[in-house]
Amino acid sequence: AAARCGAAREGRGAAVPVTPAVPVTPGGNGNGMDAPSAAGLGGADPQLQRFIEVETQKQRFQQLVHQMTELCWEKCMDKPGPKLDSRAETCFVNCVERFIDTSQFILNRLEQTQKSKSAFSESLSD
Amino acid sequence: MESGFGSDFGSDFGSGSGGAGKLDPGLIMEQVKVQIAVANAQELLQRMTDKCFRKCIGKPGGALDNSEQKCIAMCMDRYMDSWNTVSRAYNSRLQRERANM
Repeated sequence: AAARCGAAREGRGAAVPVTPAVPVTPGGNGNGMDAPSAAGLGGADPQLQRFIEVETQKQRFQQLVHQMTELCWEKCMDKPGPKLDSRAETCFVNCVERFIDTSQFILNRLEQTQKSKSAFSESLSD
Repeated sequence: MESGFGSDFGSDFGSGSGGAGKLDPGLIMEQVKVQIAVANAQELLQRMTDKCFRKCIGKPGGALDNSEQKCIAMCMDRYMDSWNTVSRAYNSRLQRERANM
């Protein structure tokens, strides 16, 4: 579903819903990697290709952590204290989980509406 | 900067090949990793600065007073704690997703 949505990079302030780095819909590709083919990038060197795939994946993870930290900070942090209390910590964990849930929900529902209403996908391609 | 960051960024300021001047893929990969780590650190600092400015600075005065500085210091630590918490939580979720596939 992620590929079908044409989702690649997430950008700050982008109008498009953010796609997490992993295929979060059930039945996504098995290796958990959403990286585009590195064949063009690394040239013929398989070691370099592998390196690019791995680093790209790592970067997607990092970017999402940055983004979720920023979002969840707004929701979970009142006044910064001497330590992260357990209520705030729980909030951060919940926040991450709900963010991923939201992303999955959006992808799933988009997939469903595209399947059932061809009019929807036609209006999208405009 | 490395202590809180090292494992969470997956950065590895490892030995590198030390080859002088040759186009050694190992060296290139090490350099790229370093650049990525630097970029991540910059990103973190930028967001942390934004958040802590918002939390700690009310009406900007002529200088940062003591309470503002204390607040910023605590805010930085809490932001790092939050980042690490989010990173762990996200990692756990990814592993759970993969286990369910």
